[in-house]
Amino acid sequence: MAATAIQDDISSVLEQYEPRRENLIPIIQDAQDCIGFISQKAIEEIAEYLDLSENDVFGVATFYSQFRFAPLGEHHVRVCRGTACHVRGSGQIQEAVMRKLGIAPGETSEDQMYSLERVACFGSCALAPLVVVDDDVHGRMNVRKTEKLIEKIDEGI
Amino acid sequence: MKAFEKLQEAAAVEWQRFSCENQARILVGSATCGRAAGALSVLEAFSTELEKHGLHEKVMLSEVGCLGLCHAEVLVEIKGLDGRSVLYQKVDARSVPRIVKSHLIDGEPSSRKALAIMSDGPHNGLPTFAELPFVRHQVKIVLRNCGIIDPTNIDHYIARGGYSGLIRSLSIEPDEVIEEMVSSGLRGRGGAGFPTGRKWGLASEAAGEDKYVICNADEGDPGAFMDRSVLESDPQSVLEGMLVAGYAIGSRFGYVYCRDEYPLAIERLQTAIAQMREKGLLGEDILGSGFSFDIKIKRGAGAFVCGEETALMASVEGRRGMPMPKPPFPAVSGLFHKPTCINNVETLASVSAIMERGPDWYSTYGTEQSRGTKTFALTGKINNAGLIEVPMGISLRTIIEDIGGGIPDDRQFKAVQTGGPSGGCIPAELLDLPVDYEHLREAGSIMGSGGMVVMDEQSCMVDVSRYFVTFTENESCGKCVPCRMGTQHVLNILTEITEGRGNAAQIEQLNKIGDTMRRASLCGLGQTAPNPVLSTLRFFGDEYRAHVEEKKCPAGVCRSMVTFTINAETCTGCRACSMSCPVEGISGEKKTPHKIDQLVCIQCGSCRDVCHFDAVLVD
Repeated sequence: MAATAIQDDISSVLEQYEPRRENLIPIIQDAQDCIGFISQKAIEEIAEYLDLSENDVFGVATFYSQFRFAPLGEHHVRVCRGTACHVRGSGQIQEAVMRKLGIAPGETSEDQMYSLERVACFGSCALAPLVVVDDDVHGRMNVRKTEKLIEKIDEGI
Repeated sequence: MKAFEKLQEAAAVEWQRFSCENQARILVGSATCGRAAGALSVLEAFSTELEKHGLHEKVMLSEVGCLGLCHAEVLVEIKGLDGRSVLYQKVDARSVPRIVKSHLIDGEPSSRKALAIMSDGPHNGLPTFAELPFVRHQVKIVLRNCGIIDPTNIDHYIARGGYSGLIRSLSIEPDEVIEEMVSSGLRGRGGAGFPTGRKWGLASEAAGEDKYVICNADEGDPGAFMDRSVLESDPQSVLEGMLVAGYAIGSRFGYVYCRDEYPLAIERLQTAIAQMREKGLLGEDILGSGFSFDIKIKRGAGAFVCGEETALMASVEGRRGMPMPKPPFPAVSGLFHKPTCINNVETLASVSAIMERGPDWYSTYGTEQSRGTKTFALTGKINNAGLIEVPMGISLRTIIEDIGGGIPDDRQFKAVQTGGPSGGCIPAELLDLPVDYEHLREAGSIMGSGGMVVMDEQSCMVDVSRYFVTFTENESCGKCVPCRMGTQHVLNILTEITEGRGNAAQIEQLNKIGDTMRRASLCGLGQTAPNPVLSTLRFFGDEYRAHVEEKKCPAGVCRSMVTFTINAETCTGCRACSMSCPVEGISGEKKTPHKIDQLVCIQCGSCRDVCHFDAVLVD
């Protein structure tokens, strides 16, 4: 991937909100939707806009698992670890993905191709176990199907 | 109220257009579960196919919410030009052309995917919908409109009785509304079961002008999706409940705090709120009644602890979602230090039904202490997984054997987990237990929000309790020591036991730490986090002892204690196992018995899952 400058201008987000503390979490959410992650600069700007300390803003952002502080890889692989998925073998599926991609949950591969995330529950438990790649939901998975899925993405299909 | 009568008349016309006998239509269940199973491509296929046959102007194509039969998704209801209506199951895009031809063109409902007949008249050998074993035992109050109406059309909701409960509430005094809620016997469906009427009474008595209503839609229990389905399939029923709560306690403003993991639910709520505003059911002076109320949506940000009410309020205020000691209770000093009434999604959807049809009607369902109905997300090792609503007091056996259709692959039922990370596992000998708040508590579990995960003989109960503690350890906010350190220690012990390094003394330690957490933790998360461990210790103590004394996992789950081998006598050499092995550790010629290379095997169990001949042995 070409080294492009990170686009992390969030002024368009800030102007939609009144500078009140109540809006802190919606602002961080929109900022992440806008630039893909929460950068140091974004934290600084949000803090200044709401008249809070950077520490305070960072503290809130790190409390919630939704926020990430580095850009995602090209493909976002999410393995559901809900109860129904667990009893139907999602632990093995997660390990298969880790083996295949060489990354742990929360990490992004060095070539920036994949990010792996462990999700507490997607709430589509009747289709357990579930793997979600980007926004495509793959239900009733097993180890072999998951490996094939990743091979397919590798081949660019 | 004149203004409301007008709304009802317009809604009736719209509903008539949607549901009248002569209107051929196709309804595709496309809530999240349906979509995950491919509902959107099915919709597209129907649209293409109708166009192809020139039927697109004669046949209405519409999305509806969830009927609850998740195991049979994608569900499609088709009413032909002759008024006969059939529910089809497991529809995929490929099967669409045949279904359109047989049902809409030839007038012969296609039998292979047909599940039930929805209309009166000849049955074509199909069962009626109400006769289906999955449906027969259910009573739909909360889910009354789910899968029946278009959730993006407020007229459908109004035409089916929606908002008449609000109008009736506005015609009586707020105190009378609270009295009705008390006499209905409704208890909070978020898990703890506090009587809703009493909660409202406390908030109503609290001093102060500004008060808040919060709808807790932060459904965080893994394995639970009842609230998501209601919000996606019938959002108005919940919003109407909020208005009634607002009127009863004297509040003018409400928040819906919804998990951000539920994008479709949030979208449906936004649409619903916009339509309420259009119809004059939200904002200043609602339908000229003098009552004003407004609602704002807050998206959660992925913290399980925010399901706890004080943590939720901290999150709405823009802070870290950490719980506060109670008292003061939210009803006295809650959001922005104002009196606040927090109710769960299912509670509020029940409220609108109770105000529409009256508390006496509602209290005929359920038991003395637990009135009404409860929704459950029935999942795990069960044939008919799905979303169900049953009267309180029904037995677990009816739910699992009749509604759920039993355990797949002729395996043995072992336990059912209720209440998620705060609940416990109920064993086979208690299957006749009536499902209500009291009996579940006696059995060491809780009602919880309604997750019900079924486990069979291949589920290890030590592994399951380790799974839940992994979750609570991860989600503990860290504010109080008993929860923060307790979950860590319990997790360490359970990890040692499941990895074959445990000893008998640790079992006693688990009981002790669990007891401390239960008594000393600040909020419900920590107080209930030991439940999965304590309940499995109580009912499956033998399994723990096998792990620590014999270093064996009877269910064959805990890997360090398991060896997989193939029985040469029953193996047919079908190659299913060698194809499924992720590490290429199984060898053998086709049609001859296969062998597992123990040096390569990672004990993932994939081979056992795919073997049709029970030839993979576990020791």
